[in-house]
Amino acid sequence: MTLLQFFLWSLLKVIVVTVILLVGVAYTVLLERKLVGRIQNRWGPSRVGPFGLLQPLVDGAKSFLKEDIIPTAVYRPLYLLAPMIALGCALISIAVVPFGDPSISFHGFHLFQISDVNIGLLVILGITSIGVYGVALAGWSSNNKYSLLGSLRSSAQLISYELALGLSLVGVVMRAGSLNLRVIVESQASQGLLTWNLFGGLQCIAFFIYLMAAYAETNRSPFDLPEAESELTAGYHTEYSSMKFAMFFMAEYANMITVGCVATMLFLGGWTSPFGHLLPDPQSLILRSVLPIFWFVLKVFSFLFLYVWVRGTLPRFRYDQLMNFGWRYLLPLAILNIVGTSLWLAYK
Amino acid sequence: MHLILFFLFAGLCLAGAINLLLQSHPINSALSLIVVMTSLAVLYLLLGAEFLAAAQVIVYAGAVMVLFTFVIMLLNAGREERTLGSRVALTLGFPAVAAILALLATVILKAEGLGRAAMQDGITSTEELSKILFTNLLLPFEVTSVLILIAILGAVALARRGDGERTAGK
Repeated sequence: MTLLQFFLWSLLKVIVVTVILLVGVAYTVLLERKLVGRIQNRWGPSRVGPFGLLQPLVDGAKSFLKEDIIPTAVYRPLYLLAPMIALGCALISIAVVPFGDPSISFHGFHLFQISDVNIGLLVILGITSIGVYGVALAGWSSNNKYSLLGSLRSSAQLISYELALGLSLVGVVMRAGSLNLRVIVESQASQGLLTWNLFGGLQCIAFFIYLMAAYAETNRSPFDLPEAESELTAGYHTEYSSMKFAMFFMAEYANMITVGCVATMLFLGGWTSPFGHLLPDPQSLILRSVLPIFWFVLKVFSFLFLYVWVRGTLPRFRYDQLMNFGWRYLLPLAILNIVGTSLWLAYK
Repeated sequence: MHLILFFLFAGLCLAGAINLLLQSHPINSALSLIVVMTSLAVLYLLLGAEFLAAAQVIVYAGAVMVLFTFVIMLLNAGREERTLGSRVALTLGFPAVAAILALLATVILKAEGLGRAAMQDGITSTEELSKILFTNLLLPFEVTSVLILIAILGAVALARRGDGERTAGK
């Protein structure tokens, strides 16, 4: 394998994955609008295309064509940089996610993962922690009190919940004995549903903590305080318009997808089949490569469904409730989970 | 390849550090510090210390610097006021810094028992790292943890002192 080959293959994978991710982002927005519509007894978008399926395209064109207004009082360099950081970090973390069976390779290239890193999980956590700056700088550089309040809330919220999030993953890492996402998935593969970390691994508490912390990290309801529209207009992106606003919007949904991917890999067995070896393993190469991707997408989709469902059901927390919940309940619970898991592993 | 990346990120690191000193607005300085820390992480990665690189990004570039920017945003710190600076500091400062750096470098280079790392080295796995950390370096590791714990307790005690009565009344 020459350097050029490596470069071209990687470039191809990056382009394909990014395009799929962006399409996924567009249709997650549609999914949310449709589902929240149904929850509230209305149709949601239904005019553009069959079932409103072309709505994301029209929305995208609208964002591109709208006038881009930059208010006079903003601090320009950071105002322009912030949406790029937000969207960039949201898109980069997908690079270490394995989507499909890693044993299928082409001339020694893994087809279903951009890069197989030893510390894949830490890479995702690191990129997410850099992504905060998008929101924080957007609010500060806008020179608007609502934006500033939104981004202050967001930074405080992210710092508080990142601890619980990181600690909730420690149990899973201890069970797998590795930070490599592929190894973590393979450690749950043997018996299907029964050996998933969520059920067989007894990491259901960790899953709950991860779920709560992930909602807070992605600024989603019931923890969407940084953009609470009833008190802060639109929070950190009040002053953004046109495509720059759309970039924040896309970053939020791309983050949701990443969180869904991480949950799938760590707790729901990644690309492996939930039936384990109950079903006969398919022989043909096409089926062997498509089925894992199908399971992976299905799991991520159900996670996104849950996201929207929660948004449609729960009211927003108050800020002090959010902080109390994070520090007084989630964090101690996460530490207890680690102690419990290590005792169990030592006993085994 | 390693060498190109090294020069690229070492240059970025230095540029960030110089920019940190030159910028007059605190938030720009904080952002330059983030650039310095992330490029340091890449340098660690080039030496094969992948866990260290990830920890550097998560802990320093992520958590610590978010706190910095949080405080700067919260206080809404204005521009730094430039003073002309004293001539004594200018004449003494640069030689003194050079002397201290030279001293530190010689001490570190001459010290025995320090391992070496080269850019072509393989990647040190997290497993090896944790083995050394929990066997040979157990005592320093635990002492550091206790030190951090004391710092946390101190911070909590300091923060609580102000409204002690109100919390007692609850």
